[in-house]
Amino acid sequence: MITASEHASRIRGAPPIAGPGGLPRLLPGSFAGRPLGLAGHLARHGELPAAEGQDARACATGWLAEIERAGLTGRGGAAFPTARKLAAVAAAAGRPVVVVNGTEGEPASAKDKVLMATEPHLVIDGAVLAACITGATEVIIVAGPAVTGIVEEAIAERRALRRDPVPVRVVPAADRFVAGEASAVVNWLANGRPVPTPVPPRLAQHGLHGRPTLVQNAETLAHVALIVRHGAAWFRTAGTPAEPGSMLVTVIGAVRAPGVREVGIGTPVSTVLDAAGGPAQRLRALLIGGYFGTWVPWPEAADLPFSAAGLAPLRAVPAAGLVAALPAAACGLAETARVARYLADESAGQCGPCVFGLDAIATELGRVAAGRPASLALLRRWLSQVDGRGACRHPDGAVRFIRSGLELFGPELDLHARGWCSGTTDDPVLPVPRRLTR
Amino acid sequence: MTAERVLRVNPIACAGRGLCAEVAPELITLDDWGFPVIAKGPVPPGQAAEARAAVRICPLLALRLAARRTAG
Repeated sequence: MITASEHASRIRGAPPIAGPGGLPRLLPGSFAGRPLGLAGHLARHGELPAAEGQDARACATGWLAEIERAGLTGRGGAAFPTARKLAAVAAAAGRPVVVVNGTEGEPASAKDKVLMATEPHLVIDGAVLAACITGATEVIIVAGPAVTGIVEEAIAERRALRRDPVPVRVVPAADRFVAGEASAVVNWLANGRPVPTPVPPRLAQHGLHGRPTLVQNAETLAHVALIVRHGAAWFRTAGTPAEPGSMLVTVIGAVRAPGVREVGIGTPVSTVLDAAGGPAQRLRALLIGGYFGTWVPWPEAADLPFSAAGLAPLRAVPAAGLVAALPAAACGLAETARVARYLADESAGQCGPCVFGLDAIATELGRVAAGRPASLALLRRWLSQVDGRGACRHPDGAVRFIRSGLELFGPELDLHARGWCSGTTDDPVLPVPRRLTR
Repeated sequence: MTAERVLRVNPIACAGRGLCAEVAPELITLDDWGFPVIAKGPVPPGQAAEARAAVRICPLLALRLAARRTAG
């Protein structure tokens, strides 16, 4: 067992390297108040290297190898190697389709929406390149309802110039937490039902309408567009050798300038907070990774690299890049209970242990947070009964989040059991949408 | 060489009728809401008949015996 700070000093031996062009890579350096048009996009990033008349498949093979050398992993949360996913779809029988996953059902996260609202062409470039690599005949962009108009305009701009070799269209994403899960995205497109389906069959072999389907996060494809332009070596000038590149983060809560920022993977957690203006008040904890993520103590987490390796001693992962700063004035149990109730209500309603178990857990945790009589033993029993029991990872993610809250806010549990709370405000920190209809 | 078999439940199809746990109590228990929890690991050779009975009795065809998945 080593402490967090010991761990930090060990892996600080491989510090993140500053890029030649520096960061941000994906986001425009300054936001002009409207999305970067095609001309501005090309002025900033240059034209794609796909010269006409060249053998498209040979090009695509070279790009795939470059993406593999870059070590790019999915930025939607699971961090799966992008090249392996591309290769699986390319090797599958049938006419593949590329689905850009910009659903971002996580209410606290805004990075894909901000990316598509500011640099839609970078995402579309990446999607079209992925179509070339996989042999896909179609690109479908699933974007948050707030940004579909912007993406539509970008597509129209390209269509007028006959820029893309495959048809590209945008579909508004469903407004649900589980809607961003890969099989739920495909189910939404095929049947209008934004809930996960059983795996197997694997989407790479049997996805949308039975076709081999690449479901790839929007930010990941934006990185693809830059790797094909600038190469793997360039990509690796940011990040760590094991987790190369930059990533978008959404920093919210008690920071001075909340918002979406871009950081090199492995940047110290405190620097990630500083990118959002730094703590606005004394902090109690951070939620890292999202609503399936992990509560970590502050300031113990400050010096850890923001990477899977760096956060491992606190059992956290960057996932889709959420960092929420919980002020010392707020109650961590109340925040955990509020989000637990939201996650229970957002169950797709398909699997019994998720439907009944998460509801029971959220109710019991709500009693704990409110200082009413509750059984922690029952709560823990139910958490272990629900873990791993769904068709998708929704129950597992919720359990992970709730367990980390019970662990980190353990002292608060005793206080609440005696009818007290160390929090001094009821103002919510983690955003939970209020549902008007069901 | 005989392949090891595992019991798998499709949690979407399962409605918690609980018949499986009646016929194969060593392999399947029920959680606090009546949904089946499958014992970890492959079905022991001595309990293959119970496993098959559980698969057969499920009215929703939510249980199956599958070859134990290797890597990936």
